Amino acid sequence: MYKVKVFVTLRESVLDPQGTVVKNSLHSMNYSEVSDVRIGKYMELTVEKSDRPVEEAVKEMCERLLANVVIEDYRFEIEEAVAQ
Amino acid sequence: MKFAVIVFPGSNCDIDMYHAVKDELGAEAEYVWHDAESLDEYDGILLPGGFSYGDYLRSGAVARFSNVMKEVIKAAEAGKPVLGVCNGFQILLEAGLLPGAMRRNDSLKFICRTVELKVENNETMFSSAYEKNEVINIPIAHGEGNYYCDEATLANLKENNQIVFTYNGTNPNGSLENIAGIVNEKGNVLGMMPHPERAVDELLGGADGLKLFQSIVKQWREAHVVKL
Repeated sequence: MYKVKVFVTLRESVLDPQGTVVKNSLHSMNYSEVSDVRIGKYMELTVEKSDRPVEEAVKEMCERLLANVVIEDYRFEIEEAVAQ
Repeated sequence: MKFAVIVFPGSNCDIDMYHAVKDELGAEAEYVWHDAESLDEYDGILLPGGFSYGDYLRSGAVARFSNVMKEVIKAAEAGKPVLGVCNGFQILLEAGLLPGAMRRNDSLKFICRTVELKVENNETMFSSAYEKNEVINIPIAHGEGNYYCDEATLANLKENNQIVFTYNGTNPNGSLENIAGIVNEKGNVLGMMPHPERAVDELLGGADGLKLFQSIVKQWREAHVVKL
């Protein structure tokens, strides 16, 4: 069994209106050292072992559903986990 | 001409859409549930607005995998008119029937008011009853209507004259090039954020949306009705 952490963010080239607002808020709180904020999604998947390599399956899930690759980038981390 | 109004869990403009085509336009219309196996008996497909599947993950991301979408894609490939309004537009983008994607409105606010649209292309089956550059009043109601596509896609949209409606004057949501509605290359799939089905009766504030539905019927009659 695997624990998969998936991170989805808007692509660098795509303006992130939420990130811009949060950055402005941080600036108004005097955190002037913050130069950029990108807001994204974090998902945790529990994936059972199968014949298919888990990386391949998760990549396909990201491409098809978890991210919209027109405007979003994704990355994931896979950890092997012991069944509870 | 018989329209299918596709109903997903969370659609909420389906009744308006049905009313527009059935009562105001005078065409045949039926509600079709998202798990329908076939759309063969329908001549036009309408994807209404709302919050299909609660907008979970992304607007339209889950609806595009519903059973009926295979049939919607089939209908689009067969050249039938497919209209997606608001959430319907978002579903068409997620399904890849139209290029690009939606971002949150640049104001981060849900905007619900009537806006001016400019008819950029009146040579589509959805816009032929309008004049070119005609300015019409149509309501919008969305939080994610900030259309985006990459430069190459935008160049294609322009070259093929696929931009049908733009926001006139103020852009309410930050969309690229003021885009409010686009068609596919073949011209039979239209996605738009504004709600023409909410502008079909002067009593309810305006009837500028009715011409869109009249355009569809006009094109269908020209193609299907044999002149004696």
